[in-house]
Amino acid sequence: MRLIPPIKRLAVLLGACLALLPLGAVVHAQEATPAPAPAAATVTGDPNGITNPDFITKYDGSMKDDKGKVLNEKAPDLSAGDTAWVLGASALVLFMTPGLALFYAGMARAKNVLNVLMQSFIAMAIVTVVWVVVGYSLAFAPGSGATAGFLGGPDFVMLKGVGQTTFTWNGTAMTIPHQVFMAFQMMFAVITPALISGAIVERMKFSAYCVFIAVWSLLVYAPMAHMVWGAGGMLFKMGALDFAGGTVIHMTSGFSALVLVFLLGKRRLSSHEDTRPHNLPMTLIGTGILWFGWFGFNAGSAGAANGLAGSAFMVTHIAAATAGLVWVLLEWVHVKQPTALGFASGAVAGLVAITPASGFVSPTSALIIGAVVPFISYGMIQLKNKLKAYDDTLDVFAVHGMGGVWGAVATGIFADKAVNSLVPDDRGALMKAQFASIGMAILLGVVGTVVITLILKAIFKGIAVSANEEEAGLDLTQHGETGYVHGNGGAEVTFSGGHGAPTMASSLHPAESTH
Amino acid sequence: MVRIEAVIRPQRLDEVKAALDDFGVTGMTVTEVRGAGKQKGYTQHYRGAEYTVNLIQKLKLEIVVAEADVDRIVEAIATAARTGEIGDGKIFLSPVLDAIRIRTGERGGEAV
Repeated sequence: MRLIPPIKRLAVLLGACLALLPLGAVVHAQEATPAPAPAAATVTGDPNGITNPDFITKYDGSMKDDKGKVLNEKAPDLSAGDTAWVLGASALVLFMTPGLALFYAGMARAKNVLNVLMQSFIAMAIVTVVWVVVGYSLAFAPGSGATAGFLGGPDFVMLKGVGQTTFTWNGTAMTIPHQVFMAFQMMFAVITPALISGAIVERMKFSAYCVFIAVWSLLVYAPMAHMVWGAGGMLFKMGALDFAGGTVIHMTSGFSALVLVFLLGKRRLSSHEDTRPHNLPMTLIGTGILWFGWFGFNAGSAGAANGLAGSAFMVTHIAAATAGLVWVLLEWVHVKQPTALGFASGAVAGLVAITPASGFVSPTSALIIGAVVPFISYGMIQLKNKLKAYDDTLDVFAVHGMGGVWGAVATGIFADKAVNSLVPDDRGALMKAQFASIGMAILLGVVGTVVITLILKAIFKGIAVSANEEEAGLDLTQHGETGYVHGNGGAEVTFSGGHGAPTMASSLHPAESTH
Repeated sequence: MVRIEAVIRPQRLDEVKAALDDFGVTGMTVTEVRGAGKQKGYTQHYRGAEYTVNLIQKLKLEIVVAEADVDRIVEAIATAARTGEIGDGKIFLSPVLDAIRIRTGERGGEAV
């Protein structure tokens, strides 16, 4: 079996990386801890004194308990300020995906720049459609029966019942329209599979990639979002804290990326091939956009324009700046020069690590979280370079997977009741819940990606492009375009009579010229 | 006639051009080239991964001059291009059989 060696290597690597997870996914089977904390919810008070954590949402904004008894007929009041902020934050989060596109594209080679950009942009389209049709429902609608803790139900299919009125989410009366909340969450769903694309750059069929992200967002992202944030979610009930998606977004994407590169295989690089980033200024611009958008990502997760949003905003910036600085210093010591890519990598790793903790930690903790993550991510990259066991092109696993693990652990360590009253008193129970969420994110990411990828391999007769296509570049072979025209780009351009578009005949194009 | 090919550091081009101007040499061809000499390249790091760049960016000047001027012009180019550090470049001389100005059809020394 061709697949066995890479899977074995993957298993060994996962075991080595995750030795810190002795509890792992089994912990969730234990009894639910008391006082579940709505991880990313605002604390707006509960006018009805509802303490039952198992209530479900009634879509006109009122609440029922799990027996169907109406607890609150009146929808929470809408706040124009909160709504304006979350709308703005949603736009900021969406902007992160083009930022990610630039971040990744600059690190790729020139012949693949459009393909890398498209992998992010197409996610904006595909995941939006999937999310509207069924994704949001699977993530945030109340589930039923034995799967209620793991997956949402059909109530919000086609956004049915997701209206302009306020609503109640996991015990918190939200002061924004349900539609706005849905839109905010949609932007998270969009960027998550796009994060994976950085691992498989320069060698995956675009067609297979498109199907992969659509299915992955339903089979991996939506269940994880439901477990952590959804009504009656299993990890939510355990008390796991993930303010803005450390486990849901960064760990699932990071570990899925790792699995995908094992199943996809390495790039077929000859020993003399120049694989250096083709445009680091592009990567730095992307980093800036990501950093900017991340304020919406984390501060928007407060769900309101309040003090908690301000706190999340501040610690986000502190962690990113600290991590960028520490990564540069680390490289200065290790390779004697402070590199631009190092700063960009550090800043993003800091943003990843602070994400789950952003609504729960103090500035001092943010400094520590940001200072530690470069050692983990940079160390993982050095290990990858040494082992040469897999080809994670742009180090998604090291930055997002391992950065996410540290963020989730750090949330358990540093979560502070003075910052957020939802932080439980029982630190031991919180750490168990954090490890359970880490284990579940890994389990779901790994199993889901293996299943999806093996099916896609059968359907597409392999998901990697051919050696010739890889050599010619994915821009030309997957999209029939080139990102840059150097001189004539090795191509002869002919204008057809001044009216039509120019036609290009390139020696590299699969459809050869008639010249 | 002699063709002088000088492979120089890109940042020394202005000085070399100024030196050639002093000899009334205005015609030249400049090409961006990459090459390796004793310098053996340099190392870059991307996220700690090492990339050795063996072929270094240089400029190649090509000029054709009368045989009587060769030594002085070569000395001028070498002086202008010199930094004293490894990687200053090389100068090659080769004979030229003839030269033709396309516009007028002039040949030999008149054409350069």
